[in-house]
Amino acid sequence: MSEQTLFKVTVDNITIEVPAGTTILQAARQIGGTVAPPAMCYYSKLKGSGGKCRTCLVEVSKGSEKDPRPMPKLVASCRTTVMDGMEVKNITSEKVVDARAGVVEFLLLNHPLDCPICDQAGECHLQDLSFEHGKSGTRYEFQRRTFKKHDLGKHIQLHMTRCILCYRCVFTADQLTNKREHGILDRGDHAEIATHIEKSLDNEFIGNVIDVCPVGALTDKTFRFKNRVWFLKPMDAHRDCPTCSGRVTLWNRGDEVYRVTARKDEWGEIEDTPDGKPGWICNTCRFDKKQTTDWVIEGPREISRQSVIAQGHYAGNIGTTKPTETFAAINNGRSPHLLMDIHSESEVNQPNLHLGENQGPSNGATFNNNINNA
Amino acid sequence: MGVKLLLEKANVPGIRSYDVYRREGGYSAAEKALKEMTIESIVEEVKKSGLRGRGGAGFPAGMKWSFIAKPEGVPRHLVCNADESEPGTFKDRYLMEFLPHLLLEGLLISSFALGSNDTYIYIRGEYAWVADILEEAIVEATKNGWLGKNILGTGFDCMIHVHRGAGAYICGEETALIESLEGKRGNPRIKPPFPAIQGLWMRPTVVNNVETLAAVVPIIKMGGDEYAKIGVGRSTGTKLISACGNINKPGVYEIDMTISVEDFIYSDEYCGGIANGKKLKACIPGGSSVPILPANLLLKTAKGETRYMNYESLSDGGFATGSMMGSGGFIILDEDQCIVKNTLTLARFYRHESCGQCSPCREGTGWMEKILQKIESGKGEVSDIDLLWDIQRKIEGNTICPLGDAAAWPVAAAIRHFRDEFEWHIHNRELSQTSNFGLQHYADPIHVPA
Repeated sequence: MSEQTLFKVTVDNITIEVPAGTTILQAARQIGGTVAPPAMCYYSKLKGSGGKCRTCLVEVSKGSEKDPRPMPKLVASCRTTVMDGMEVKNITSEKVVDARAGVVEFLLLNHPLDCPICDQAGECHLQDLSFEHGKSGTRYEFQRRTFKKHDLGKHIQLHMTRCILCYRCVFTADQLTNKREHGILDRGDHAEIATHIEKSLDNEFIGNVIDVCPVGALTDKTFRFKNRVWFLKPMDAHRDCPTCSGRVTLWNRGDEVYRVTARKDEWGEIEDTPDGKPGWICNTCRFDKKQTTDWVIEGPREISRQSVIAQGHYAGNIGTTKPTETFAAINNGRSPHLLMDIHSESEVNQPNLHLGENQGPSNGATFNNNINNA
Repeated sequence: MGVKLLLEKANVPGIRSYDVYRREGGYSAAEKALKEMTIESIVEEVKKSGLRGRGGAGFPAGMKWSFIAKPEGVPRHLVCNADESEPGTFKDRYLMEFLPHLLLEGLLISSFALGSNDTYIYIRGEYAWVADILEEAIVEATKNGWLGKNILGTGFDCMIHVHRGAGAYICGEETALIESLEGKRGNPRIKPPFPAIQGLWMRPTVVNNVETLAAVVPIIKMGGDEYAKIGVGRSTGTKLISACGNINKPGVYEIDMTISVEDFIYSDEYCGGIANGKKLKACIPGGSSVPILPANLLLKTAKGETRYMNYESLSDGGFATGSMMGSGGFIILDEDQCIVKNTLTLARFYRHESCGQCSPCREGTGWMEKILQKIESGKGEVSDIDLLWDIQRKIEGNTICPLGDAAAWPVAAAIRHFRDEFEWHIHNRELSQTSNFGLQHYADPIHVPA
C-alpha cells in the first residue's frame, strides 16, 4: 500500500496531522480534551450517522492551504472532512459557543428533565452536554410534548419524551439486524421512534440500541429502576458466546450482576474487539446472563475520574489512576488554554463594607458601590 | 406588452394536446438540439443564456449542468423538481397544466445534454390531476417518437417517469426529493456529496425546477445570446410570477424582469392594483420563505431608487432593507392584514413541514409558532419579541437544509420591519383581538394612475 497522505489541521490553535478523509471531529478527538466538540448523534461505528443534532458545529476560519477562504456557515464537524492546512475554531469561536448554547437549549426544550427517575442519569450524554453548555433556567413556557406509549417488547423500554431523535438506534437496527422493525414515524417535532405495527423488538442484536442511545429514551427493562449506575461497580468480563464477541462490562453490586453492557470508550462509543471489529453484544449476553458464574471476570473497568460513576466504587477508586505529571509536562510546556488566574484575590473577598450593617440582602450592586467607594 | 417566451402559446385552444402543440411549432427546438447540436454546444448555449434556477435559489443552471460528474459506465439522471409547495407559488402548476409538452420538450433537450436515459418528474401529490395530464402527454410524445428508444434516429434513448410525492414540503429540497424518489423517508441528505456527484441511487444527478427546464426550449430556439439580451444584468430571460393576495387580478404572469415592482402591482396588464381600493401594506415578493417587505421598501430601495422585478433589485439592501426573488410567489397584503397573524400562519406551516431531522429546526420552529400564537391570542409579553429574534438567529444557518433558514427569515423580517405592530399587539391585548393595527406609518406611496 502506498503511504497515506497526511493533512495538517489546526483545531483551536493545536496542530495535528491526520490521514486524508478524516473528519474534523475525529481529528479533534485525537487531540482530545475540550478541543473535541460534543456529539449527540454521530457514532463512528455506524455508517451514515451524524450531522443531525448540530452540537458539533465548528467554525472553519481557513478552508485549506490552497483555498484559504473561511466557510460561510458553521459546519457539522462530524461530517466534514479535513483539508490540508485547515484551521478550525471550536471553543475559541464565539459563534460556535453561541450556536452550541442554542442547540442545547433546543434539545432540552421538550426534554422532560426527569433525571432523578431516569436510568440513564450518570451516564447520559445530554446531561453532560447541558451541564457544560446549558443554562440553569429555561425560556420555554409551554407544555412539553408527550406521546402515546409504544411497547417494544420484554427487553427494551422506550421513553419517547426523552428522545432527541439522533437516529442512532435506527442506524443500529438497520446495520446490525436482518430486518429493521422500528424507525421514525411522523415528522417535525411530533416525530417519534416506534414500530409501525405494534410489535416487540426481539432480534438477536437489537439490545445494542440501548448502548447507542445517548439519552434515556431506550433503556434496559431487566435493569429498570433496579439501581443507580454510580452505585455499581463496572467490571470487564467475557464469556464464550456463540453469537457475539462476548466481551462485556458487568455492572455489579456485591456479587450480584445488575446489568450487562458492551464496553464503551471515552467518547461513549462501543470499543473494538482485538480483531478490530466493533464489539456489539447479543441479547443473550445482555439480558440473560446475570450470574457472576456465567462470566470470566477480567478486572475492574477504568472509568474517567470526571464521571460520577467513578465516585461510588467500593474500595476507593478502583481502576482510576490519579495523574502524577503536571499539566505543562504532558503538553510540551504549554499552559492550559483556559487558565484562570485564581491566585489574585478578588476585591469581593475583602469588602471594606461590613455586610452585617447592610440593610436587606446584599447583591452585586452592594459590592460595586463598595469597590467604587474604596 | 412584455416578451413572452414560455406562456406565448398558453392561450391557444387545445395546446395541451400533442397535435396542437406540434402544429404551433412545438418540438422544433428538440429536433434542432438532437439533430444539429452536440451535447457540449447545448450546455454552452444554456451557459451563455445566463439562465438562473427558477426554483428559488437562483443558481446559474448552465453551471449546475457543468458540475455533473461523468464517470464511465455509470448512468446519470435528470430530475425535474415539480414539488412546488411553497405557499404563494403556483407557476409550475400552471405551466404543467396548460403546456405539458413544453416541459417534456425541455426535459428531452436537457436529458440529451446531460446524458440521462431515465428522467424523473417528481410531482407534488396534491397536483394529482396535473400528474395525469403529464402522464397523458408522455404517452402522446412516446407514440410520436419523441420519447423511448432511438429518438429521431440519433440513438439516444430517453424515458420520462412521473413520480407522485406524498405532499411534503421538504421533498422540494433536492436531496430530500432524491431520497423520496428512492422510496425512503424524505429527509435531506448532508452535503457534500452534492447530487451532481452522488445523487439518485448514488449516481450523478441534476435536479432542476420545472420553469428552468421549460426555459431551455426558447434558449435552444433563439440561441443563448439572444435569450441573454432579454432582461437586465444577471437576471436574463423571462420569469413566471404567481401573484396572489389582495390584488385585483391574481394569476400567473410572465415578466421580462425589467418591469418595476410598482408597475407590476398597479398596471392593468398585471396585478391591476390593490383590491377593493385599499392601500398596500406589505409584500412577500418571492414565496413564503423570503423576507416580507413593507410598502415603502418594496417600491423603492433604501437608497431611494426604483425597485425592479429581478434578482438583483429585489435583494438590494440585503436582508436589512431588501428581500429575494425566490420562486416568484408574489403575495400582496393590504392594510387590513395583520402581520402577526400572517407570521403565525407561516410559522405554523414551517413547524408542520419541518422533517425533524436536525434539532434547531425541529424544536425551534415549534417554539416560534407557540410564541407567535401567544402574542396573536393577546397573551404576549414584550420579552417574547426578543426571544423570537433570538430563536430565529439560532436556527438560521445552523441546519442541514435551507428549511431552517426559510422558517427563520419570515419571522426575522416581520420583527425587523413591523416591530411596532408586534408591540401594539402586546400592549393592546383586548383591542388586538377585535381590531387591526392598520397602516400606521408604513408609507404607501400614493399611486397616481397614469
